[in-house]
Amino acid sequence: MNYETIIGLEVHVELKTDTKIFCGCRNDSKSEPNTNVCPICLGHPGTLPVLNERALELAVKAALALNCKINQRSKFDRKNYFYPDLPKGYQISQYDKPIGEHGYIEIEVNGETKRIGITRLHLEEDAGKSMHAADGSHTLVDYNRTGVPLIEIVSEPDIRSPEEARLYLEALKSIMEYCDVSDCKMEEGSLRCDANISLRPVGASEFGNKVELKNMNSFRFVQRALEYEVERQRERYENGEPVIQETRRFDEATQTTVSMRTKEEAHDYRYFPEPDLVDLDIDDAWLERIRASLPELPSAKRRRYMEELGLPSYDAGVLTSDPKMAAYYEAVIAAGADAKQASNWVMSDVSGALNAQGKSFAECPLKPEHLAGLIGEMASGKISSKQAREVFKLMWETGKSAAEIIKEKGFEQISDPAQLQPIIDEVVANNSKSVADFKGGKERALAALVGQVMKATRGKANPTLVNEMLIEKINSL
Amino acid sequence: MSLPTVKQILQSLAAGETRARDWVEMSLRAIREIDGRLKAFLWVDEEQALAAADRIDRAKMYQNAPLRGVPYAAKDNIVTRGVRTTAASRILENYIPPYNATVIDKLNQAAAVMVGKTNMDEFAMGSSTETSAFQKTANPYGEDRVPGGSSGGSAAAVAAGLVPFALGSDTGGSIRQPAAFTGCFGLKPTYGRVSRYGLIAFASSLDQIGPFTRTAEDAALVLNAICGHDPMDSTSSRQPVPDFADGIERGVKGLRVGIVRHLPEEGLEPGVKEAVERAIRQLEAAGAEIVEIDLPHMEYAVATYYLIAPAEASSNLARYDGVRYGRRAEASSLIEMYEKSRSEGFGMEVKRRIIIGTYALSSGYYDAYYKRAQQMRTLIRQDYEEAFKACDVIAMPTAPTTAFKLGEKLDNPLQMYLNDIYTIPANLAGLPGASVPCGFVDGLPVGLQIIGRPFDEATVLRVAHTYEQVRDFAWPKPVLGVAE
Repeated sequence: MNYETIIGLEVHVELKTDTKIFCGCRNDSKSEPNTNVCPICLGHPGTLPVLNERALELAVKAALALNCKINQRSKFDRKNYFYPDLPKGYQISQYDKPIGEHGYIEIEVNGETKRIGITRLHLEEDAGKSMHAADGSHTLVDYNRTGVPLIEIVSEPDIRSPEEARLYLEALKSIMEYCDVSDCKMEEGSLRCDANISLRPVGASEFGNKVELKNMNSFRFVQRALEYEVERQRERYENGEPVIQETRRFDEATQTTVSMRTKEEAHDYRYFPEPDLVDLDIDDAWLERIRASLPELPSAKRRRYMEELGLPSYDAGVLTSDPKMAAYYEAVIAAGADAKQASNWVMSDVSGALNAQGKSFAECPLKPEHLAGLIGEMASGKISSKQAREVFKLMWETGKSAAEIIKEKGFEQISDPAQLQPIIDEVVANNSKSVADFKGGKERALAALVGQVMKATRGKANPTLVNEMLIEKINSL
Repeated sequence: MSLPTVKQILQSLAAGETRARDWVEMSLRAIREIDGRLKAFLWVDEEQALAAADRIDRAKMYQNAPLRGVPYAAKDNIVTRGVRTTAASRILENYIPPYNATVIDKLNQAAAVMVGKTNMDEFAMGSSTETSAFQKTANPYGEDRVPGGSSGGSAAAVAAGLVPFALGSDTGGSIRQPAAFTGCFGLKPTYGRVSRYGLIAFASSLDQIGPFTRTAEDAALVLNAICGHDPMDSTSSRQPVPDFADGIERGVKGLRVGIVRHLPEEGLEPGVKEAVERAIRQLEAAGAEIVEIDLPHMEYAVATYYLIAPAEASSNLARYDGVRYGRRAEASSLIEMYEKSRSEGFGMEVKRRIIIGTYALSSGYYDAYYKRAQQMRTLIRQDYEEAFKACDVIAMPTAPTTAFKLGEKLDNPLQMYLNDIYTIPANLAGLPGASVPCGFVDGLPVGLQIIGRPFDEATVLRVAHTYEQVRDFAWPKPVLGVAE
C-alpha cells in the first residue's frame, strides 16, 4: 500500500529584544548562570509581569511577514504545569486569542511554488534551563532564559515530506532573519522545532495517529528524524501493528526516535486568562507603522531578481536565502556591476571565501563597490578572467580597489611578446644609430631604445620584457 | 473613643508638640503591653522602627511628608524588603523578600513608620484569621471572639489602639468584614486604585490593598499616600487621583443612598439588621435621599466567588514549590519534593481552595465552572452599573453577624464562606467599599457597608464621614486595648 505523509511543525523563535518579556532583565541567556534574573522572573511572591512593548512589536512584525491576520484584540493566558525551570508554576502564553492566525509560507518544491498554511503565531515567555547531573543525583537550574520572549509558530498539517519540512524551516528562518526579529540559531536554541507526523493510506480522508517529535537540534536532524519516523510508521502499518499516539525524542547518536511519553501521560494545562495583564488592544495606527517597517521579504525579492534583473531562478533563490547576502549583492549591482556577473561572483567566489573564514556577508572584507570595480575591469577587457581571480585574492587580503591593485601589480601592462614584437622590430629598424652604439659596447644606448618602445606603447609595455626582447632582436641582427 | 487619629498625630507633630519618636514609642509600648494576649502581630522590629522615627525627626526633607512620623502596621502578605514576610503560611516561614511592595515604598516616602507585620488567614484565605499557621488573633471586644479575616491582625491592632492605621488586603471582604467585627473604619478601594505590586497574590483579579483606620478622614489621608498608577502593575489604573480628604465634610444633602430591595437575609442577625437600618435612617436625617435598588444576581455572588478566587489561587500558589525560596522538604525525587514541601507547607483551608480551583479549571470542567462563573461575574457587574444610575452609593450590612467565637466556624467552611455574602459582590464588580462602625450588639461592633461607583472613593468617604458625625450609639471600651 502507498502511504501519504502528513507533517505539521511547531517552531519556537526567541525574539531579539534588549530585555525580557515581563521584566527589565537583560535578554541574554548566554551569560554566567543566574546573572540576568530579578524577583519578577524568579517568580517571587507579590511580583507582577509588565509586557515589554518591543516584544509585542517583533511578534506582530513576524506575524505580518508570515501573512497572518492580526488579532487586534488579543490576550495572555496562563499555562499551568510544575517544573523547576518554570518559576511561577505557570507559563504566560496565549491560548484562544493568539497575535496572528491564518498565515502561510511559500516554498519551492520541484520547481513549483507550494503554500504551507500557518495556523497561528502567539507570544509567550521562555522557561529556564535545567541541567541534570549524569548520575541523577541533582539538577541545576539556570534562570537567565526565564522570561525571554518567544513566538510559537504552528503550521497547518500541509507538509507532505521530510524534505518539505526542511524547506519550510529554511524559508521560515529566512523570513525571520529578513524581519530582524530573531537570530534564528538552532544550535544555540534561538530557533527550536517540534514536529507532528502521521501516515495514512493515499486517498484516505482521516488522519492516522500522530507522533510528536522533539529534541531535533538542526534542520538536518529534523529531516532525519522525520525520515526515520516515516519508515518506522510505515513498517508498523505494513506489519499490521498500530502506531501509538505519543511523544518521541530524536536520538542523535543512533539517528532514531525513542518514546518519551504516551498520550495518557499528557498534561492538562488548565489554561485561563492571565489576570495580572490587561487585554491587548492593538490600534490601527500602531499596526500600520509595524506593517510599513517590514522589509522586502525573500519571496518578493526572488521574484524581483528574476523579473527585473533577469537572474535565473537558482541564482535568485540562493542570493535571497540570506538577507545579508542579498544586501551585499544589491550593493554590488548598485555600484554598476552587471547583474549576472555580480551574481556569479557573489554566489561562488565571495561566498566561498567567507565560508572558508567562517564569516558572514555582514563581515565581508571586500567592499561591494570594489567587487563592482573588478567586474568592470574585466568587462572592459583590461584584465583577463585569470588575472581577475588574482586581483580578487589581493583585494580580499589588502582591502584595496581593483584599479589600485592592477596598477601596482602591473596587471594592465603589455607583457605579451607577440603584441610587443612588431613594436620592437620597428624601433630597432628606425634607430640604427642607437643599435650600432649598443653593439659597440655603449650599454646606455639600450635605455634610449627601451624609451622608444615605452613611448610607442604609452608606458604600458613590461620594461623587463622589452629589455630582453630588444637584446635578443639586436643580437639576431 | 479618644485614641489619637492619624489627623491628630499629624497636627501635633506639625505644631511641634511631639516627635515621631514619641508616637512610635507609644505604639511599641502598647504592643508590648497588649499583644501578648491580642496576638495581632507576627513580627515587630522595635529597633528599626525607632531608628526610622529618629531619622524622620532629624531630617528636614521629611518635614512636609504627608504621613510624617505616623506609626502603622502592614498585613503579612505585603512584602517588605529584608523583613520576614510569610502570608501566615509555613511554606514562607523564613522568607525574606528582596524588594518592597509599592505601597511600602509609598508609605516610606510619606514618612510613615512601620512597626510590624500583622497576622492573617493563611494566604488571606479565611474570614476569621484562624487559618494562620502561627497564631490566633483575639477580638479586642471579646477575647474569645475572632477579629474577622483575613486581615484580622491589622483590624485588631487598630481597634486595640496599638497603631493609628494598618494596611490590609481585601479579596472578598478581608478588610471590610474584620473592620466591622472590631469597630474600625476599613476601606477597600476600587480594583486598580492601589498597586498590587508586592501583595502576595491570592486571587489576582479581586485582590486590593486598603487601610484600617479609626475614621473615614484618616482613611482618606492614607489612601492619598498609597494610591495611583504604578508602572510595575499593569492592572493599576491611570484614573486621575483626587485629594480624598478634600470635600469630605460636604455632607450628604442631595446624595442618593441605595438600599437593596430584596437583600438576601438568611443568617442576618436581627441586632445587626437593626443597627444598619438605624444608621441609614440617620443618613436620611442628615439629608441623604434613600432609594430602593435591585441587585438581582447578588444571591449567586458567593458561589461565583468560590470558583473564581480558588481558580486563580490554585495557579498563584503554584510557585511555592520549594525550588527557589521558602520551605523545601527532604525528598529523594522531584515529585516527592513537591508533594512533601506543599503538604507540609500549606494548611487545610489553602489546600481545600487549591483543590477546588484546580478542579474548576480542569479540562472538561472549565466551561461548567470557571467560564460560567466569569459570565455570572459580568452579570453582577452589570447589576451595579444599573443600580448606580439610580443612586450614588449603596448601603447594606458589612457582615450578617457580629464577631463569632474562635473555633465556631473553623470546621464548617460553608458557614464561614457565607459570612462574606455582603462583601464579595463589590470585589467581583471591582467597586470601592467601606465599613464604618454603626453600633454594638451585646458588646460586639456592627459595621455599615457603603459601596460606591468605580473610582468614586471620595463619595464613599464623604458619606461615611457624615455618618461618623451624626452617629450616637454608646461606644464601649475594648476589653483588650490601650487604656487612655
